[in-house]
Amino acid sequence: MGYRDLATDLLKMARAAGADAADLLVAEGTEFSVTVRQGEVETLKEAGSKGLGIRVFVGKRTASSYTSDFSRPALQRLVEETVGMARATGEDAAAGLPDEMTPPEDVDLAMHDPSPSELPTEERIERARKGEAVALETAGITNSQGASWGSGEGSIILANTMGFMGGYRTSSVSLSVVPQAERDGQMERDYWYTTGRGLSDLETPEQVGRIAAERTLRRLGAKQVPTCQAPVVFDPDAAAELMGALFSAISGYAVFRNATFLKDAVGQEIASPLLTLVDDGRMHRGLGARPFDGEGLPTRRNVPVERGVLRFYVCDSYAARKIGAKPVGSARRGLGGGPGVGAGNLFFEPGETPPEEIIGGVERGLYVTDLIGFGVNVVTGDYSQGAVGHWIEKGTLTHPVHEITIAGNLNEMLKDVDAVGNDLLFRGSSASPTLRIRRMTISGS
Amino acid sequence: MPQDERARTPADVPVSEMEKLLSRALSRGGSFADLYFEHETTSSLLLEEEIIRTGSAGVTCGLGVRVVSGERTGYAYTDDLSWDAMARAAETAAHIASDPRTVPPQAVTAAPVQRRYGEQSLGELPLAERIALVERADRAARAFDPRVEKVIATLAEETRRVRIANSAGLLAEDVQPLFSMRVSAIAAEKGVRREGSAGGGGRLGPEFFEEKSPEHFAREAARMAVTLLGAVEAPAGPMPVVLAPGWPGILLHEAVGHGLEADFNRKGLSAFSGRIGERVAAPGVTVVDDGTIADRRGSLNVDDEGNATGRTVLIEDGILKGYLQDRLNGGLMKMPLTGNGRRESYGSVPLPRMTNTFMLAGEEDPEDILRSVPRGLYAKHFGGGQVDITSGKFVFSATEAYLIEDGRLGPPVFGATLIGNGPDVLTKVTRIGHDLRLDEGVGMCQKGGQSVPVGVGLPTTLVSEITVGGTKA
Repeated sequence: MGYRDLATDLLKMARAAGADAADLLVAEGTEFSVTVRQGEVETLKEAGSKGLGIRVFVGKRTASSYTSDFSRPALQRLVEETVGMARATGEDAAAGLPDEMTPPEDVDLAMHDPSPSELPTEERIERARKGEAVALETAGITNSQGASWGSGEGSIILANTMGFMGGYRTSSVSLSVVPQAERDGQMERDYWYTTGRGLSDLETPEQVGRIAAERTLRRLGAKQVPTCQAPVVFDPDAAAELMGALFSAISGYAVFRNATFLKDAVGQEIASPLLTLVDDGRMHRGLGARPFDGEGLPTRRNVPVERGVLRFYVCDSYAARKIGAKPVGSARRGLGGGPGVGAGNLFFEPGETPPEEIIGGVERGLYVTDLIGFGVNVVTGDYSQGAVGHWIEKGTLTHPVHEITIAGNLNEMLKDVDAVGNDLLFRGSSASPTLRIRRMTISGS
Repeated sequence: MPQDERARTPADVPVSEMEKLLSRALSRGGSFADLYFEHETTSSLLLEEEIIRTGSAGVTCGLGVRVVSGERTGYAYTDDLSWDAMARAAETAAHIASDPRTVPPQAVTAAPVQRRYGEQSLGELPLAERIALVERADRAARAFDPRVEKVIATLAEETRRVRIANSAGLLAEDVQPLFSMRVSAIAAEKGVRREGSAGGGGRLGPEFFEEKSPEHFAREAARMAVTLLGAVEAPAGPMPVVLAPGWPGILLHEAVGHGLEADFNRKGLSAFSGRIGERVAAPGVTVVDDGTIADRRGSLNVDDEGNATGRTVLIEDGILKGYLQDRLNGGLMKMPLTGNGRRESYGSVPLPRMTNTFMLAGEEDPEDILRSVPRGLYAKHFGGGQVDITSGKFVFSATEAYLIEDGRLGPPVFGATLIGNGPDVLTKVTRIGHDLRLDEGVGMCQKGGQSVPVGVGLPTTLVSEITVGGTKA
């Protein structure tokens, strides 16, 4: 943590250049990745980098800048230019650092685990190779897009002119395998992955390779289905995408911009009573965990939607001032620009129904395992996405399906959730159990 | 504590150091090495609720070192251009090499670069003038219609200075300005809200706005938002689709462009693998990728491996002709380079990527094309698209589309995703207009976690059948 002095210095420079307030983020990290294809190393990448972003306020005017050059003349110029730029922007009553700050808490969220960086390079390559080999040995798998092992470490310092100075270290590691299969002229690929803070969080390479192969093989023989309206079951990954759209729609930014179909909805039933949305910034070992947010406010466990009722919009200090709410420790900040709202560890509370029973309860419908496209509009709630999955007849998966879309309106889709699975499993910072939506339009042949 | 000396930039690195670095990079073997020095400055303005809410700026600088040994690539990068840090990166990248043979690096000499754009960037405009541009856009969007209730206007510009040297003796240098203006408007009426967006830009300076004013983009965004207030449910199912000229060229980018990138084809991963010479589109369909068009967002003087960009015919009169190559894949496939090696930044490995991808014009009158369709969809503007290159299935999402009723435009419809199969969607092209248009210059393309700016283009085109993903079954 050699950058605390740099941070202190820079805040002084900002003050001297005419800033009334400022905050800054210093980040450094290392990155490693290796891709193995057909058993051979294809690409191996290793590097470290650093960067610094500063935001200044001159009264109610603000500007920000970033650099990777930490030399004094470069920083001096950067700070002066940023203050100059702030003076040229407009007065914004909502601009500013948080109203109140508390010192960073000393909480151990186990965000850093040294095991990935201690693993010898040869062993990392070997694990990727093993994952791919297991997939390639599976009958029916004919090719491979490769297996990738990635790991990284990072540390950040966040400081502001209200006296806040905090920092933390993180680590992450992941393994993914992408096999390919071909039958009767049809080519398909799918993937599986595992990720976490340390090696003990990971599924084994054998598991990842086996599941990746199974997911790929089950796509073979896919066909279109006729256009119809039917129940749609979202598998956990597909359901997590839907959950992400809901989170965007309840961001304070979307609210003051009138850019959400969930405007003026606090206290209302916006979703099925089966749905409770949790954003936990402090989940132990969670990939979205951190002790304080992008403004230095303490993170916490938020429940913005409880049994279908919207309790509050998710705000940082700026959005909170714009809509007359409170910040909830959900500010996300990168090096460039100021903070925005982002999720920590986001999930729908699991229900009690096993996924097989959810599928079993469908007479004729669709089980979705992958979505592609950008057809989700949170301004209007319009939803239309490309989908891949399986057709359900009498509660049983019959054949794989492709080249179809599913469409509806998020407003109705959220209310139409009539089953929530008991299969919540975190792989990454967000996760959902299996969800079933009573009725959507499926467009096919 | 900060050091007192300003860090070195790429311009400070002498050619003699580059040659030494290339030697280090190949010190453990390998057939090829290259250095990508990059210095990038950016700035952006955001206007919202009639005030410039924030300005931001930044500078990044670094070196990426690549070593290629057969099909293997070693890569390392550093944001510190001191000799020691650069040498460490070269040695890290060198670890990948497994073959004991070394191809010794050649002395580096500067290659002439044919320029397709100037060095002037919008960032050279005084801040007050850049602010004036976004304020003009905001005023025009709000003045367009009283139902416009929210406007966001942004102006983002960057200048990238690159120096690329490789062990084959090439040294290429380029200055790459780029900017974009974007306007989004939300219109409301009787509790219904709709969004419109528009934008444009390119690799040029303020002269851009002599042809396309900030007001042009603002009115376009406002018009779209207000028009969509009258939208009805989009239809579901297969039907004829007329694609408007310009941005709907995203069809080509998703349906065929990605599938023709050489890496996927060399490895047999693409639905187009091994199909050169086969018919993949209707007669009359010719698709090219052209990185040499003056001032365009997707254009480059040299690609990110230092090779001259070019014009590559991908499909000629319906027959598959070629792939988009970078150095690694062109070498392994023994095919000529096409100048399509691109990377997001010095931290990224180059990949074969598109530049400006479009279909050549046909001869038909766009009005006649529309009149020929009794019932279908007219798609004027799209959001994003995506493709699964292995199965060939692709989607693109219409953000402004209309029903076609008896050969005439009917009401606008809610946003809908269109889905098709890349290897055969172009065989269903039945009419091509004479009105080829390129998009206005805001496209971004994602691949392997890297974003690069691209362009697309299309004349008015009738596709006899695409599955439209509306809600009205």
